Amino acid sequence: MEQKNPVMIRFEHVTKSLGGRVVLDDLDFSIARGETFVIVGSSGVGKSVTLKHMVRLLTPDSGRIFVEDACVSEAAGKPLEHIREQFGYLFQSGALLAWLTVFENVALPLREKTTMGEKEIQDRVMQVLGLVGLETEGGKVPSEISGGMRKRAGLARAIVRQPEIVLYDEPTSGLDPVTSRTIDALIEKLRVELGVTSVVVTHDLQSALTIGTRIAMLQGHLQELCTPAEFVRSQQPEVKEFLESQFITRKGVWERNLS
Amino acid sequence: MILTREPETFPKSPGIIGRMGRWLLLSSREIGRASMLLLEALLAIRFVIHRRSRDQVVEQMYSYGIKSLSVVTIVAVFTGMILALQTGIELRKFNQEVNIGTAVMVSMLREMGPFMTGLIMSACVGSSMAALLGTMTVSEEIAAMEIMSISPVQYLVMPRLLAMMLIMPALSFYTCIMGVIGGGVVGMTQLDVAWANYIDNATRYADNKDLFVGLFKAVLFGMIITAVSCHEGFRASQGAVGVGRATRKSVIESFLLILIVGYFVTRLFYF
Repeated sequence: MEQKNPVMIRFEHVTKSLGGRVVLDDLDFSIARGETFVIVGSSGVGKSVTLKHMVRLLTPDSGRIFVEDACVSEAAGKPLEHIREQFGYLFQSGALLAWLTVFENVALPLREKTTMGEKEIQDRVMQVLGLVGLETEGGKVPSEISGGMRKRAGLARAIVRQPEIVLYDEPTSGLDPVTSRTIDALIEKLRVELGVTSVVVTHDLQSALTIGTRIAMLQGHLQELCTPAEFVRSQQPEVKEFLESQFITRKGVWERNLS
Repeated sequence: MILTREPETFPKSPGIIGRMGRWLLLSSREIGRASMLLLEALLAIRFVIHRRSRDQVVEQMYSYGIKSLSVVTIVAVFTGMILALQTGIELRKFNQEVNIGTAVMVSMLREMGPFMTGLIMSACVGSSMAALLGTMTVSEEIAAMEIMSISPVQYLVMPRLLAMMLIMPALSFYTCIMGVIGGGVVGMTQLDVAWANYIDNATRYADNKDLFVGLFKAVLFGMIITAVSCHEGFRASQGAVGVGRATRKSVIESFLLILIVGYFVTRLFYF
């Protein structure tokens, strides 16, 4: 039996400048198969840029990015298409096609890229819509649902083909706390039950500490890369400031002085 | 074809020669990219056998053709009336006003039919194509399609291109008929040319070549409008401002290309 590469994604000394500013500075790390890798950091430090490099929406100025053994940063045409088929991608806005219903949006990758029959597609779409709590909203177009619902529909579309890797760009921003925790539970369920590798970009530290197997803090360069337990105990001033800004103590609990 | 591009910078050059060179290089690059887009969309027409693509083509044809019919009719009728009036005024000096039929028919078939249809469609349809694709680009919908390995060219551009290639000659022919009718009304009411004489004169000197060259131009203009508008839409960046810019540029570039290509096609077939 073929042994699968334990490393799913590997960044090798990746540097990227946008608009004359160095956004990613010698980024070098790897993400293991089946882990939930969370990227946190202030706005504009290159979290989404890092995510976009993984599917070659952006190309590094120097360095290379591998998905399993394939170099995605140099791939084009069919090989790139093949690599991208391993991914599901949740965009910040959901990125749903405006003229299709929620159901049609989620069914789109199945209809366009698989040979599944209509009944099979319907069952699969209803199943994932159920997972994100949108089973009754399938007939609505994106303009008829809230921003949070659009994001959940985007998530349903990202996972409908059961990809090996799912990239989440701010999956819980704009969602109410209850729905946010539902999304967290879903990401965790995908990891535990299906072994899906997840890369999550978020500002939500509660979410990061809940679902992350490792947390990376970006400041252009890699400021910190460790487990959630190590992250809350980090002595890095930037990490401590980040934790304190969300009232998280070294024990990883919420603490706010309201007196 | 990778459509989601990174922000591109091209350093400004000092001096007039440098600026002209920069403009030439950038223009050549954009013409090349638009041509590649057109070529890929033409090659993707083979996928029209899929039911979803066929449905999309029919939907787009309805959207472009039927919904533009009112404005096309008004413009066509008045174009024919103006042509008849202007030529009639001059021809009357030589008692030749009966020949307005030929003037209107030949002008409409060879030039004004496809030209006016091209301009109308560029303003109505091309701008909406650029705005739609521009909005999809800036809201990352195009990127999402590319990650799903769904070709935006095959899914979005090809049905629009085929619909325009089919609907443009039909609309152009309709414009010609409406223009000739408009010219006939002016002939009857302003120049005392009987309807039967007008039609007899109009059909006597126009030949099949005029019709086919006009229809050929209409197909070309449809391709130009689609390629330019989709290309500008895919290039859009910087949010709503970028979408507005893409829409404006698509209309201007389509107008210019329709004029330039129209001239060269006329020269090719009539000179």
